[in-house]
Amino acid sequence: MSVQAVSLPRAERFIGHHPVLSFAARRILWGVLTLWVVSIVVFIATSVLPGNAAKAILGKNVNPREVLALERELHLNQSLWGQYWYWMGHFVHGDLGRSAASILGSNSHESVGALIRAPLGNSALLAGITIALLIPLSLLLGVLLATRAGKWIDSLVSTSTLGAISLPEFVTGSVLIWLFASTLGVLPAVSLIGPGQNALSSPKILVLPVLTLLAATLAQCVRMVRAGMIEVLRSDYVQAARLAGVGERRVLFRYALRNALAPSVQVIALNAQWLVGGIVVTETVFGYPGLGQLIVNAINLRDIPTVQSVAMLLATVYIALNIVSDLIIIYLVPKLRTAQ
Amino acid sequence: MSAGERLLSVSGVTVSLTSGVPIIEGVDLAVGKGEILGLVGESGSGKSTLALAILGFSRPGATISKGEVVVGGQAMVGPPERELRGRRGRLVSYVPQDPQSSLNPGRRIVDQLHDRIRDRDKREWPRLVQAALERAQLPTSAEFLSRFPHQLSGGQQQRALIAMAIVGEPSLVVLDEPTTGLDVVTQAGLLSEITSLRASLEIGVVYVTHDVAAVASIADSIAVMYAGRIVEQGRAGDMLRRPHHPYTVGLLESVPDHARPVHLKGLPGVAVGVGEWPSGCAYAPRCPQADVDCLAALPPLEEVSAPNHLVRCIHWRQTPEPVYLGDSRVQTAGVAEPVLTVSGLRATYRSRRSVVVAAEDVSFSVAPGECLALVGESGSGKTTIARCIAGLHPPAAGAISLGDRPLAAEARSRSREARRRLQFIFQNPYESLNPRHRVEASIAAAAMVLRQLSREKARAEAVRALEEVRLPARVATRFPGELSGGERQRVAIARALVAEPDLLVCDEITSSLDVSVQAAILDLLDNLRKRHGLAMLFITHDLGVVASTANRVIVLDKGVICETGGIPDVLVNPSHSYTKLLLAAAPQLAPGTITVQSTSVPTG
Amino acid sequence: MSTTSVAADSLPKIVTARRGRMRFLRFWTSRVGLAMLVFVVLVALLGPVFAPHSPTEIIGVPFANPGSGWPFGTDFLGRDVLSRVLYGGRSLIGLSVLATIGGYAIGLPAGLLAGYRRGAVDFVLMRGVDVLLAFPPLLFLLIVATGTTESILALVVAVAIILSPGLTRIVRAAVLDVSQRSYVEAALVRGEGTPRILRREILPNILGVILADVGLRLTYAILLIAAMNFLGLGLQPPKADWALMISENRIALSLQPWAVFVPAIFIACLVVSINLIADGIARSLGTSIEALGGEAQGR
Repeated sequence: MSVQAVSLPRAERFIGHHPVLSFAARRILWGVLTLWVVSIVVFIATSVLPGNAAKAILGKNVNPREVLALERELHLNQSLWGQYWYWMGHFVHGDLGRSAASILGSNSHESVGALIRAPLGNSALLAGITIALLIPLSLLLGVLLATRAGKWIDSLVSTSTLGAISLPEFVTGSVLIWLFASTLGVLPAVSLIGPGQNALSSPKILVLPVLTLLAATLAQCVRMVRAGMIEVLRSDYVQAARLAGVGERRVLFRYALRNALAPSVQVIALNAQWLVGGIVVTETVFGYPGLGQLIVNAINLRDIPTVQSVAMLLATVYIALNIVSDLIIIYLVPKLRTAQ
Repeated sequence: MSAGERLLSVSGVTVSLTSGVPIIEGVDLAVGKGEILGLVGESGSGKSTLALAILGFSRPGATISKGEVVVGGQAMVGPPERELRGRRGRLVSYVPQDPQSSLNPGRRIVDQLHDRIRDRDKREWPRLVQAALERAQLPTSAEFLSRFPHQLSGGQQQRALIAMAIVGEPSLVVLDEPTTGLDVVTQAGLLSEITSLRASLEIGVVYVTHDVAAVASIADSIAVMYAGRIVEQGRAGDMLRRPHHPYTVGLLESVPDHARPVHLKGLPGVAVGVGEWPSGCAYAPRCPQADVDCLAALPPLEEVSAPNHLVRCIHWRQTPEPVYLGDSRVQTAGVAEPVLTVSGLRATYRSRRSVVVAAEDVSFSVAPGECLALVGESGSGKTTIARCIAGLHPPAAGAISLGDRPLAAEARSRSREARRRLQFIFQNPYESLNPRHRVEASIAAAAMVLRQLSREKARAEAVRALEEVRLPARVATRFPGELSGGERQRVAIARALVAEPDLLVCDEITSSLDVSVQAAILDLLDNLRKRHGLAMLFITHDLGVVASTANRVIVLDKGVICETGGIPDVLVNPSHSYTKLLLAAAPQLAPGTITVQSTSVPTG
Repeated sequence: MSTTSVAADSLPKIVTARRGRMRFLRFWTSRVGLAMLVFVVLVALLGPVFAPHSPTEIIGVPFANPGSGWPFGTDFLGRDVLSRVLYGGRSLIGLSVLATIGGYAIGLPAGLLAGYRRGAVDFVLMRGVDVLLAFPPLLFLLIVATGTTESILALVVAVAIILSPGLTRIVRAAVLDVSQRSYVEAALVRGEGTPRILRREILPNILGVILADVGLRLTYAILLIAAMNFLGLGLQPPKADWALMISENRIALSLQPWAVFVPAIFIACLVVSINLIADGIARSLGTSIEALGGEAQGR
């Protein structure tokens, strides 16, 4: 076959020479684009649909002049586009607006930014600890089970995880509370933290929420890692390596695990992403003062700016996790790396 | 060969499934230093299992239940796994079948080479790696070594596997179907490398394959397997010249060889799979000279006239010599209007960012009742041309006409009549039938769509078509998953026949079938052509098949026609250099060992 | 793919199960799952018929312990826990099934189109899928809840939207795989049109994958809707709903655990049973729920 190559423009040549960089750039660009679409959806859902937000905040029987004043404050008198750009412009610069609830509540108009700071730290801590435990545990257990596939311990764990992967977090959370707090009394049922303190000051409150989140994610991760390992251990190249006399330990790590890592990373990243939603419910179960609880309260109070801001924040983390996992996978799978 | 000189000694080896069902039974083999043993068998013969057993290995679910394997004085059956692992790769090594999936996709070539010599002194590694790569005819540059397997071509991947097998300087190398999927020229290169390896390193080689011709060109001794047992073994020359087992005879009569254009008959019946062994001789149900005694007990291996020539048949003295019938193919006479005319065909496809030209300015025609072979290696464009003709691939330029009517580019836009007259048979019999439709439904669907028959009439036609392809009526209600590859391909042919076509386009339809099955299908097609006056466009890479089936041949290289002409003219007197290259590379059963009867069998 | 471990050339031909979908019953885990599912569904559907009290009727002291007349005690308002549990399944199951059907209504045609047509249509659809998948699911529901002030219809539609992209991916992958097979090309050569090919050749061969996936989709819908109910952003009191009950009654978890446990057990049984069945179906088809892809499950 004669290959008549179309002449490659410069961009394509760059892509050919730096596939990883260009891939990263493309993914980040795509992530930003997606975030923008997300922001539009968030805006439409929160500002457009409920109608007059000012009236909703202030209630029905209210002085029209106060309504007007609030409208001007919240820029509700501008066009939709205008409102959107106003919000986006400020958001991107870090000005998250003012909490509408605080307009009614305390004297000072508390900025959403200040409102978010502490819960952000707490949620990050909770999620961080969970992920930090999830990764090694799922890899270890998955590999161990794969090497003992078919034996009784494997069947036992497989069957029990099959059930465990489905339990909702509020069920597991409640059961754990009942077991450890109510019955055994060793751990606190509610994760109360005093103002000004963060979760690290009383680590006991972290235990049950982390356990709950782990229960929801570990089961699936272990199953996937195990399945990936088993499939790889059955592959032709593992058999070829064994037939070539390559030592079993080397086969396990360099041949099997190495190639089973990519799908494992994928599922761990997926579960990390799931955590973004999972902490909402879990924090509510334990009253843990994090972003999840913040957004649920904000919704109940119709505090639109807070809802918008926390939603955008969580969406950003979600998308960022996706990009990071893609980059890790591209590193792990040489086939994707090299330009062809 | 005395016991002391033996490199490999296999005695009484039986490998069975954990349920007790044997896969191979009572196998005895011996290979000496510098000797190449060809292990020949078709699907279900157990040859791959035996190859693994030589390394003391059995797949999960099976065990080596009996017998001994001794390589270079060391036992490979019995010692604990750890000891065996030490011997694999160093004493005896294995070259697996599928290069693409047998290389670790996440590890560089050099690292995979090093993995196999970890027990040697690190200072020796560069020297060993260099030597292995050179012998395998691969580049020794640092750039090549740092590549990942997907950055190598198919041929390079296979050679990389060979390099990995010899880097540990073993005494014995077992190759399992090393040339499957490789084109003829690469295959020829590989075969010569193996023989030179044997000469330079004095290693023993066990070459496992179904390709009798390949074995014939390099093996010193041959062992033929059928249904898990060795049915005949001996020196290559003796076996090829005068085989004594009916299966071996039938096999040799089925092997296509371009230097020996004969009518390929194939073997009656179906191959026997694991767990289906009859009592006594496993070949008896298909054997023309079987009698009651054959089924009573398993025949032992007996020595035949020549030394070391063993046969497992109680009637071996009566086994006739292979009869190679001169071809009886239909000769087309006269200049009738061609069934198919292709002029100036140009076919392209997009590959990532560039446009690849698969075929350029291809013109030919097929006369009614004629078999035209389209020959080329992979990448020659033959499949693309076939797909253009079938209406699956729109040509970039050129015209195709059926009779005097031009054909539209897409099959959907063609008239029903055109679609009926031109039938296409696909390469992979495991994918060309819808697994959820019964055989009858698949065939009847063609009749209903193309001849607009009612369901009942179409069903009746389907049954008739099954008869024509020599399949029993009970196949009609089966699902494709219950049929063998050869049976499925017959169903595909029946599906084509039921449309009452004028032209059959066959795209490598026998490439994935066993030799005996292939011969049977070719025989069937020959028969059908005679009966119905069918024209055929036969796409293949196998010159031997061309020699036995086609009237005319077109040789393609990189999308361009190199040569056209009649058979046997082009094969005997090629004019283009590429044709000469192909002919030289195609393996042959050694000339001079077989004589062809020139009398042709009456047609019909 | 978890098929048998001995290579094909040395084993008797494995007859592929035509009615493989029903073969899942040979796994004891699937039989247990089926039994559990039937039990839970019966309770949910027929529960109200057998409930001793109305779900809103106050029959006693709040958080009373189990006694005669109230075998599982009372909840935080003094209503009978048993009755509320018997009434509390319909909404959850009904809404989840609706949402799943909605998800299929969107995802199935999209996947078929993208996988069969390929080209521009595929590109556009897949980018749409990517955008939808980029949205954290629960967050999406929260926002929809904010905007539509807890409309149940909006919730169901939103869950259907969340389910569809993963489904589209799975269907597309299956269609891509099947449409490259020669038997589809054979139909093309015969000149058959797209609708006929989709119906006769492609759909029957992707049904297995779809069936194995239904369970997972349904589970996902149940979890999402239950979570929303638990947060108080879905069904509202005084409606009897299992998830809502857990949320309402957990303050007195130590006093009267039954008000939380009984609905919790039912939710758990519902979800676990569906998972067991889905696993059985997947295994009987030679695959596994893991092979169906984590991204499609969304979890």
